Amino acid sequence: MQNIPPPATRSVSLRVNGKPAQLEVAPWVSLLDALRHDLDLTGTKKGCDHGQCGACTVICDGERILSCLTLAVMKDGSEITTIEGLGQPGNLHPLQEAFLEHDAYQCGYCTSGQICSGVAMIEAGHGKTREEVKDLMSGNLCRCGANTNIIDAIMAVKDGNHE
Amino acid sequence: MNNFHYTKASSVDEAVLAGKGAENYFIAGGTNLLDLWKYDLTHPQKMVDVNGIEELKTITELPNGGLRLGALVTNNTTAYHPLVEARYPLLSRTILAGATAQIRNSATNGGNLLQRTRCYYFYDPASPCNKRNPGSGCPAVEGQNRLHAILGFSDKCIATFPSDMCVALAALEAVVRVTGPNGSREIAFADFHRLPGDRPELDNTLGQDELITAIDLPPRGYAEHHNYLKLRDRNSYAFALVSVATGYELEAGMIANARIALGGVAHIPWRVEAAETYLEGKAPTEASFAGAADLILAGAQGFEHNAFKIELARRTIVRSGMMALDPSCQRPGAPPSL
Amino acid sequence: MTKNKEIGRARRRIEGELKVTGQAKYAAEYNVPDLLHGYIVNATIVKGKIESIDEAATRAVPGVVDIIHHENRPKMAYFDMQYSDMDAPPGSPFRPLYDAEIKFHGQPIALVVAKTFEAARYAASLLKITYTEEEFDVNLKTNLDRAKKPSMGLATLIKPLPPGPRGDFDAAYATATAKFEGEFHHGAQHHNPMEMFASTTVYEGEGKLTIYDKTQGTNNSQLFIGNIFGLKMGNVRVIAPYVGGGFGSGLRPQHQLVLSVLAALCLKRNVRVSMDRSQMFTYGHRPETIQHTRFGATADGELTAVNHVAHSETSRYEDYNEVVVNHAGMLYPAQNVTLDYKLVPLDVSTPMDMRAPGGVTGMVAVENTMDQVADRLGMDPLEFRLKNYAERDHSSDKPFSSKELRECYRQGAESFGWKDRRPTGQPEKRGNRIVGRGMSSGLWDVIALPGKATAEFNAEGKLVVSSAVNDCGQGAYTVFSQIAADQLGLPLESVKFVYGDSELPLSPIQGGSYTTGVVGSAVKLACLALRNKLFKLAQILDGFPLGDALPQDVDFMDGEIIVKKDPTIRVKLTDVVAFNQGKPVKASKSNIPNVFKLKQYTRAAHAASFVEVEIDEQLGIVNVTRAVTAVAAGAIMNPKTARSQILGGMVWGISLATREESLLDKKMGKYVNDDLGEYHLPVHADIHDLEVIFVEEHDEIINALGAKGIGEIGMISMAPAIINAVYNATGKLVTALPLKVGDLL
Repeated sequence: MQNIPPPATRSVSLRVNGKPAQLEVAPWVSLLDALRHDLDLTGTKKGCDHGQCGACTVICDGERILSCLTLAVMKDGSEITTIEGLGQPGNLHPLQEAFLEHDAYQCGYCTSGQICSGVAMIEAGHGKTREEVKDLMSGNLCRCGANTNIIDAIMAVKDGNHE
Repeated sequence: MNNFHYTKASSVDEAVLAGKGAENYFIAGGTNLLDLWKYDLTHPQKMVDVNGIEELKTITELPNGGLRLGALVTNNTTAYHPLVEARYPLLSRTILAGATAQIRNSATNGGNLLQRTRCYYFYDPASPCNKRNPGSGCPAVEGQNRLHAILGFSDKCIATFPSDMCVALAALEAVVRVTGPNGSREIAFADFHRLPGDRPELDNTLGQDELITAIDLPPRGYAEHHNYLKLRDRNSYAFALVSVATGYELEAGMIANARIALGGVAHIPWRVEAAETYLEGKAPTEASFAGAADLILAGAQGFEHNAFKIELARRTIVRSGMMALDPSCQRPGAPPSL
Repeated sequence: MTKNKEIGRARRRIEGELKVTGQAKYAAEYNVPDLLHGYIVNATIVKGKIESIDEAATRAVPGVVDIIHHENRPKMAYFDMQYSDMDAPPGSPFRPLYDAEIKFHGQPIALVVAKTFEAARYAASLLKITYTEEEFDVNLKTNLDRAKKPSMGLATLIKPLPPGPRGDFDAAYATATAKFEGEFHHGAQHHNPMEMFASTTVYEGEGKLTIYDKTQGTNNSQLFIGNIFGLKMGNVRVIAPYVGGGFGSGLRPQHQLVLSVLAALCLKRNVRVSMDRSQMFTYGHRPETIQHTRFGATADGELTAVNHVAHSETSRYEDYNEVVVNHAGMLYPAQNVTLDYKLVPLDVSTPMDMRAPGGVTGMVAVENTMDQVADRLGMDPLEFRLKNYAERDHSSDKPFSSKELRECYRQGAESFGWKDRRPTGQPEKRGNRIVGRGMSSGLWDVIALPGKATAEFNAEGKLVVSSAVNDCGQGAYTVFSQIAADQLGLPLESVKFVYGDSELPLSPIQGGSYTTGVVGSAVKLACLALRNKLFKLAQILDGFPLGDALPQDVDFMDGEIIVKKDPTIRVKLTDVVAFNQGKPVKASKSNIPNVFKLKQYTRAAHAASFVEVEIDEQLGIVNVTRAVTAVAAGAIMNPKTARSQILGGMVWGISLATREESLLDKKMGKYVNDDLGEYHLPVHADIHDLEVIFVEEHDEIINALGAKGIGEIGMISMAPAIINAVYNATGKLVTALPLKVGDLL
C-alpha cells in the first residue's frame, strides 16, 4: 500500500455534554480516541475497538452508537453525550443511581457503555418486556457477569419512567 | 489502519465523482468499513463521506405500492419505520435480529449489502485467503469452518455472507438502485450478490465507483405470514449459523407465492425457486416445508465443523414455515426457545 | 450499647460513584504530558527464529519515534529467576524482545513508538519481518504419550499435586455394581477482561518510573520491573486503583508492561502501550484439558472406586499446573482412589490461572460422572451425593475446618424445587421445548498467605487504612472498609481505604479467592493494633480520664472510647490524636498464617448448584432458564457485593458450559477467533433467572475473619449442573465443552 503523508488535520465542532468542543484531528482518529485522548473524557471505554463489546457506547444526536466505529471527522456538528455528561457524583442520572443500588457493575469497565446504552434505549421507547430489553442491551458485554443486576437496574428506571 | 484522505459529498453526483478510483471508499455508517480498515484488511486512499446526501435518507412510497428505502437510512430507522413495520414486518424483524442496537443506529441500508464475510481467515491479514489475497489459498477448507458455507461454495472459498437484512431482501425480491460514472441502473436482488467461483474476491456485482442509492421493495410484503428464524451461537449479537426468512400468502388455506431465503449457509442469501414453486397449492404443514427443505438443500455439503448445518437448516426451514402461520407469537430478535 | 456491625451489612461499593460516572481511571487513561504511544508487533509464525527486521517503511511513517526489538533493546536481566513473578510456574519465564527465538504464535517481537496512537498502529503494520520457521506441534490429543509429571516449584505450594493412591482401585472398580467410564474435553479459553492490557509509564528522571498498569498485583509488577531492568525498588512505583477485570489474566505481569518500560527507559519519555483485543489472545489461557474418569459404586449407592486422570497442555518453557483431579477424593469418602495429573508441553504460550483454575475443569468431569453412576443406580443425583457425603477429608485424613455443604444441598434443593425433577428421558414439555434439571457440588480450596496493612487515625476523625492490594471488581475495597470500621466502632463513612499503589503496605497478587482472607485479616489486625495504641495513649491523657480501665473494659463507638461500666466517661479519638501532637496515630500489621494450625485441617468453600434448562426439541437450542447456587464460604462480609461475585461465577459457568471457546487452528498453531465477535462471551439475552443463597457457616480456623473467599466457588458447580440438566432432559451426556448449537441434533 502507498504510504500517504499525513493529511492536514481538520477542524471538527462538536457539542459534548452540552458544551462546545473544538477538535483538530486527522481523519484516521476515531470518535472514541478523540474523546478519550483529545478531550480527556476517559469515561468512554475502549474494550475492543472493533464494535464487538459496546464499552465505547455514547449518545450521538439522541441515539446510542459505537464511538470506536465512527471517525471523529464524520461527526462534525453532532451533539454527543458521554457518561460524564449524564451525571456526576452528587448529581447522578437515575440510571447511574440504579446501577449503585442494584450493584450492576463490578470492575466498572463496561459500565459507562451499559449506562449510556440503557439511557438511550429507554429514551427511544424500545424494549417492552424484560426479554426484549435483554436483547436490546446485548450489544453491551459484561465479563464480570453482572448481567442480571444490570437488567434489574434498567428495568427499575424504565418502569419508573412509565409510571 | 493506514492514513487516508477524507472528503464529504453532499450529492450523489458529487460522491460518484469524488469516489472514482480503486482504493477510494464511500463511507456511510462505517461499521464494517472501519472495522476492516483497523484490521489492515482494506487500505483506503480516500474516504468519501456520503452522510451529507440528504436525498438518500428517506423512505418513500412507490406508485406501484412498493416502498423505496434510501441507502442512507439507518438499519434501526428502517426497522422501526411504521410503513416497514406494517407492510414488511419480515424485513423489520430480520433487521432487528442482526448486530446490536448501537450498530443498527449507525449502519445504513446500502452498507448492509456490502458487508464482508466474517470468516476467521479472511479477518487475519497474516493468513492466506483467496478472497483477500487471490491465489493464496483457503485455510478454512481444512481449518475452523463452523461459520462456513454448505451450499454454493467453490474450492477457492467457502465463506458465508453475514447479513441478516439481505436474507429478507432476497425473500422480498427487492431491487437495488445504483448510480455510477455511467449513470444509474437497477439490479435485481438475486443478481446483486455472487457465488465465489473462481473469483472469491468479488462479493457482488456492484461496479467500481458505483454508489447504492436505494433499495426498492415490491408491493408484496407477506405481512400476514412471515417469519425470520436465526440460529446462532448465542441468543443475540452473533452471526447466523443458519437463518431462514419465510413469507407466503394463503389462499383458502393453501400456500400461494411462497418465498424462502437462507442466511449463514452460502456466499449469498440462498434461494431456490423450485422449492417455492413446490409449496404452491400445498397446505402449510411440516411435511410441505420438509419437502421444500429437501429442494433448498439439494447438494448441500458439510465440512469438518459445519456438517451439522445441513440438518439444522432442514429443521429450521420447517420450523420457520410453521411459525409463519402465526407471526403474532414472534418478537424481534428473540430466539425460538424464549 | 452495641453498635450495628458493618461486617455482614449489604453496602454499596465505596468506589461506586466513580465507576458509574466514568471518573474511575484505568491504566490507559492517564493522559500525562508528552505521551508517546507504543504498538506491539506480534510474531506471525509459531516456532522458529527472526532472521531480519526491515524497518524502512515503518520509520518512514511521520510521527514514528523509535522501533525497539531484540537487536536494539536496552539491557535486560540474564537469569530466569529475575523474570520470575509472584505467579510464575516452574520453568524459564518468557522474556519479551529478549532474543530472536519464537516460542508461540503472537509472541511480541517489536514495539513501534510514535507520537500518536494512530501512527504507531499503522507503522507497526509495516514492519517487515522474515523468519526461519521450525516444525511445531500444538495438538494435545495426538501428544498424550509425551505427557509428563509437572515440575515442582513455589507455585505447587498452593497448588498441590494429586495425593498418592488409596485402597485398591482396580479391585473395587471391577466389583462395583454401577460404574461409568468417561472422557471429558474442553479447549483453551481466554480471560478477555473488558479492559485490554495497558501500561502508562511515566519517566520521572534518572531510573525512576511511575507506572499506571493493568495488573492484579501492584507489588508483583514493581518487583518484576525492578528485577529485569535492575532498578531500585524504591524507584519503581506501580499504581493500579481500578482494573477492568482480571480473572487471573493480571496475576502475571503482561507483555505491555515490559514494553512500555523498555521504551520509557530507552527514550527517557512517557510511553503508553495498550494491547488490542487480538493481542489479548497472546499471553496465556485456560489450558486445553482431556480427562478420563472411572467411578464405581455398590448397589446401595456407596461410591467405592474413583479414578480421575487429567492431561493438560503447557508451554515448552514453563510447567503451568493447576489442581484438576484432587477434589473427588475430598468431596466423597471413596476408599479406593487413584488420581493422576500430567502435562503435555506444546508450542503455545504458557497457560495461566483463569477463574477457578483447575477446580472447574475437574469438577465437570467428577460431577458429570457422579450423575452417570447415579443414573445407572437408578438413584436421584442429590440422594447419591448425600449418601456419599464426606464428614472428613478422606484424601488427606483430616477434618474440615468447617463444611456446610449438606446445608447447601438442602437449601438449594428447596428453593429450586428439586423435588420436581423428573427421571432422565421423561422430560416435562413446554411447547417445543423439553425441560431438564441437574445439580452439582462445588469445592474450592481456601488459600492462606501473608499480607500487610496499615491503619491510622487522624485529626479529622478519619480512619485511613492502606494496602497495595487492588480490586478488579470483587468488592474488596468496600469489604476492607467495613472490616476496618468495625474494629474501631466507626461508621463506614469515617473510613478511608487507600489502595492500588505499590508504595503502600505489601500485598500478594489478588486471586485464588484469598484476598478477603489475606488482606482483610491484615486490615483487621492492623486496626486492632491501632485500637490498642489509641487506648494506651488515651490512658495517659491529661487527668487520666479512663482511670484504671483495661482494654476489655471499654467500647470504641462513633469516634469515642467509652467505659462500659460508666458510659458518661468518654474520650474522643480526635483528642487522642491532639494529644499525639496532632499527628495521626498509626499501626501496621502483617497477617502471618499459622501454618502449624492450618495444616491440621482441610480448608475449603463448598457450593451446590441446581439448574433448569429448556431445550428446543427439534433445533437443539439450550437455554439455562433458572439456576440456584447455595454457597458455604464462611463469614460473608458484604452480602450485596458477595451476591454479585457468585452471580458472576454463575454466568462464567453458563459460559464455560455453553458459550466460550478459543478455536485453535492446529495447522496454523493459532487461535482464529481472537476477537469478541467470534469468542462468544454470554450476552444479556443469554442470562436468565439466577438466585444466590449464602448458607451460614462459622469457621474459627481459616483466618481472623472466618471468611473463605467467594471469587471462584460460584462458578465451579454451575457448568457440571448444566450438563447434568441437559442429560436429564435428553439422555445425552455432553463431554466436550462448550455445548454448541448442533451438538444435540
